[in-house]
Amino acid sequence: MTDEPSQQHPIRIYLIVWGLLFLISALSYMTDFIDRGFWRWALILLFMALKAGFIVAVFMHVRWERLALMAVVLAPPILLLVLVGLMAIESDYTRSIRFEYFAEGVQEEALPVSTSNKHN
Amino acid sequence: MTCAVGVERKSVQGASEAPPLMTSFSADWGSDISTLKGVPWGKAMMWVFLVSDTFIFTCFLVGYMAVRMSTVEPWPNPSEVFALQVFGNSVPLLLIAIMTFILISSSGTMAMAVNMGYQRRKDAATSLILVTALLGAMFVGMQAFEWSKLILDEGVRPWSNPFGAPQFGAVFFMVTGFHGLHVSAGVVYLLTIAFRLRRGKYDESNFEIVEITGLYWHFVDLVWVFIFALFYLW
Repeated sequence: MTDEPSQQHPIRIYLIVWGLLFLISALSYMTDFIDRGFWRWALILLFMALKAGFIVAVFMHVRWERLALMAVVLAPPILLLVLVGLMAIESDYTRSIRFEYFAEGVQEEALPVSTSNKHN
Repeated sequence: MTCAVGVERKSVQGASEAPPLMTSFSADWGSDISTLKGVPWGKAMMWVFLVSDTFIFTCFLVGYMAVRMSTVEPWPNPSEVFALQVFGNSVPLLLIAIMTFILISSSGTMAMAVNMGYQRRKDAATSLILVTALLGAMFVGMQAFEWSKLILDEGVRPWSNPFGAPQFGAVFFMVTGFHGLHVSAGVVYLLTIAFRLRRGKYDESNFEIVEITGLYWHFVDLVWVFIFALFYLW
């Protein structure tokens, strides 16, 4: 009923991606044993992006879709990264404000030294 | 008053090759009547729904980020909170790893089902959809076990918990609750489609309903990829 390009691909590619997803999941799980620091976060995000990419591109077929449909799917989440960035900046600011004004008795890492006396 | 009169231009393409990218984009958006040529309406609409659902989960995950980044109290360590005792050893995130394994398996069986559908092998497709639903149900069961363990044994509440920042419980229950709800709804959806498929309701089509169902199920797996990485591992 439609002229669309074939939706069917050799089953092999699905099996390969399936295997890769298991492998990457195992690697993701292993990042749990790395100490908190740059490499732990970088690997967590990398494996997350790889898995997401494979699922969307192959399992959800987006790789073989027409560009107009690809754009409907991919452009909004990319734009949402702007929201993520803005909220990260705001949250960091909120935290520093809370430390400065409300932090009596709260222990975490060394409190930032407040250099101003403006709230006295 | 004029009706939308126009000629539905078919893109110039072979019957079984993908349309050339850039020209198809401009041809699609510059044409009359419909944009996504050759895409069955069910598939386009499922994608629109999934994009909207992406916005919802993004709101939750960004909210989680905002809460965690702005709280002055230390955030509980998920490796410890979600560890299981196995033979006297504490294994971090064991249940979560198993749940991830189950969900990826279900995505694989779903992809197989879609492939079977397009080969018109109805019985194989139906069986694989049922297996997918079963794996999904197992996932929800394990998540329910996790919830009960945290609520009853550990005293985690949306407003407080013994591990750290009080917002942890609220975030956990909200995010995993919405995800679990989507998985549960997905299981019902899968079962419905499987039975309709077997009864022959889609025999007139080329079984794209299996692919459309698969899109929803892969979305559920996709959300879990993000939750697993950002909540349990981070």
